[in-house]
Amino acid sequence: MYQTSELEINMGPQHPATHGVLRLVLKLDGETIVEVRPVIGYLHRGVEKLSENRGYRSVTPLTDRLDYCAAFAENHSYVGAVEKLIGVEVPPRARTMRVVLAELQRITSHLIWLATHGLDIGAMTIFLYAFREREKCLDLFEGYCGARLTYNALRIGGLAQEFPDGWAVELKRFLAELPTRIEQYETLLTGNRIWRQRTEGVGVIDAQTALGLGLTGPTLRGSGVDYDVRKYAPYENYGEFDFDIPIGSKGDTYDRYLIRMEEMRQSRRIILQALERMPDGPILAKVAGRIRPPSGAEAYFMTESPRGEMSVYLVSDGSDKPYRVRFRSPCFNNLQGLPALSKGHMVADVVALIGSIDIVLGCVDR
Amino acid sequence: MYPVLQYFVVPFIHGVVLTLVLLLCVAYLTFMERKVIAFMQVRIGPNRVGPRGLLQPIADVVKLLIKEDLTPDAADRRVFYIAPVVATLATIAAFAVIPYGGPEATLRIFGFTIRPYIADVNVGILYVISISSIGVFGIVLGGWASNSKYPMLGGLRSAAQMISYEVPFGLAIIGVLMITGTASLVEIVQWQQQHTWLFWLQPFALVLFFIAGVAENNRAPFDLPEAESELVAGFHTEYSGFKFAFFFLAEYIAMIVVSALVVTLFFGGWLPVTFGLGHLFPRIPALLSGAWGGPWVMLLAGMGWVFIKIFLMLYLYLWIRATFPRYRYDQLMNIGWKFMIPASLAWIVLTGAGILAFQAIRS
Repeated sequence: MYQTSELEINMGPQHPATHGVLRLVLKLDGETIVEVRPVIGYLHRGVEKLSENRGYRSVTPLTDRLDYCAAFAENHSYVGAVEKLIGVEVPPRARTMRVVLAELQRITSHLIWLATHGLDIGAMTIFLYAFREREKCLDLFEGYCGARLTYNALRIGGLAQEFPDGWAVELKRFLAELPTRIEQYETLLTGNRIWRQRTEGVGVIDAQTALGLGLTGPTLRGSGVDYDVRKYAPYENYGEFDFDIPIGSKGDTYDRYLIRMEEMRQSRRIILQALERMPDGPILAKVAGRIRPPSGAEAYFMTESPRGEMSVYLVSDGSDKPYRVRFRSPCFNNLQGLPALSKGHMVADVVALIGSIDIVLGCVDR
Repeated sequence: MYPVLQYFVVPFIHGVVLTLVLLLCVAYLTFMERKVIAFMQVRIGPNRVGPRGLLQPIADVVKLLIKEDLTPDAADRRVFYIAPVVATLATIAAFAVIPYGGPEATLRIFGFTIRPYIADVNVGILYVISISSIGVFGIVLGGWASNSKYPMLGGLRSAAQMISYEVPFGLAIIGVLMITGTASLVEIVQWQQQHTWLFWLQPFALVLFFIAGVAENNRAPFDLPEAESELVAGFHTEYSGFKFAFFFLAEYIAMIVVSALVVTLFFGGWLPVTFGLGHLFPRIPALLSGAWGGPWVMLLAGMGWVFIKIFLMLYLYLWIRATFPRYRYDQLMNIGWKFMIPASLAWIVLTGAGILAFQAIRS
């Protein structure tokens, strides 16, 4: 009689919900997904190759454009790697300032995640509420380094600028109202039956598979794996601060959502502690004008970007340009998990899952 | 006068005027939607075109009229043209029985009788529900005629959703029919005038009816078939210009139809806002309904009350749209078939038991 065949559909690079130029080739059996094949490369700009032709300092602006929603984290990984390569000790004040900025970046990035994830699932209003908060964060960043999105705020050996006068006061004011705002978002979403039905049980992945696929960040922690670079291999002075890492239990989209909401609260905690304990002193260590690391030197530096473990592997050949810069991007590895996550789900869930693993194509494609 | 004039020409003109007023209302409904949702989202909404943006709908209509009217090559031309018309006509036709004033507000102009409804069919509710079902044809035909994968899938999903929710839509108001003993919309409101507003007696039916209505209209949170962030952009992907405007109109007019039905069946139609407690203070409803001023005043008062009530129901529609995320398609169908139908059947049984108990206590 009639035979049903599988439908192969393209969720093209231009799509309102794929967070950038991601192309997904979906094989559907009716409405159920049989296979998801991500096709990437539409935003590949050859950053790793470009870095080989630039001096170490000139690579930093390139890293901004990798994960443009969390540019500071990308800057941080790269600059940390160079500092490790040439053996520079960052002054304590600069380290604490970096922690403040990194956690502020985490809050900013999670706000954009919340906005777009909510919008994709249909909660339009949360998009505007989260962006209202994000505007305040971007104003803070602009007050610090002059840019809203691509900061280039770090320098090899520390930071270029002090916090401007009154900046810390503004930051504290923002943090004072952040908990009520997060509660507002939770009121709209966490207990909402529709939200729960769309996110609970969607995209469940167990810890073993997640580790095998190389997932990191909230995507991994949702499955119950207690891995956060800030606790596992503390960098800057994260070891001195008192904060919790939210861990999920079921590994579904709802858990990942709750984790990121809680991470915003924990980031606020870290920033307040850091502002309190801010030591005095210089903010930039003395580094040679032309950075020429010894030939054959290698360095690998990991940070916890809002999306996962972002690390940079640097190899030097003795010249003033790096021989090889390898950016291990969290989004690339997390995107690998998408086919496993969406097995057996429906088309509408794919959109929720892309939002849940929180990818930025600049980071995926480099 | 000549029966042709009284029974054909006058209702025809009445219908034309009603349709024109309705189209204006729908245009401003789109404006209200944009403004209300904007304010809920900490934005302002359109405020450039005309004073405070009030001419925005006019600009939208003009834009849609002057847009290029593109018909896809492979589309079935005749069906492509007809589909939007079918969808819109069906929803406008539902307004023939919706009363916006009481039978006391009948006007006599030049010897012709003009009542505040085009027709008082004694199967009024049935008529409205049946005509709305014809609107589904428009969607299916639209999706089919586009001759393209995605609109067809979207159209089928929309249509399946609409016909699934017509069952609870109809079942929910059986309680109302049982209590009032009539299916004529005018008589139901008159019952509410004599007794009390039906939402006191049928609260659960009201909730079911409203939710089924929202799902019928493909409105949030049941708007997956036409959501922008989904794979299929819905049955109206290939439509542009005025044909698209027709589909758009059909959706919004259907919203007004459902709101008008809710108001007529549960909230007293043209009756002044006394919430059915008017018998306690008989002077107030008499004052508010314009009974002192004769038919013209009564008509204006009735229209005013209907307008305010429908406005509030539409505000509820928009409020829900701004707040809730979207249901996934299978969850949507689940709710319709596995929850709402058994719930409405249970409510019918309960209403029947209630009526029997009431009659037993009375006698």
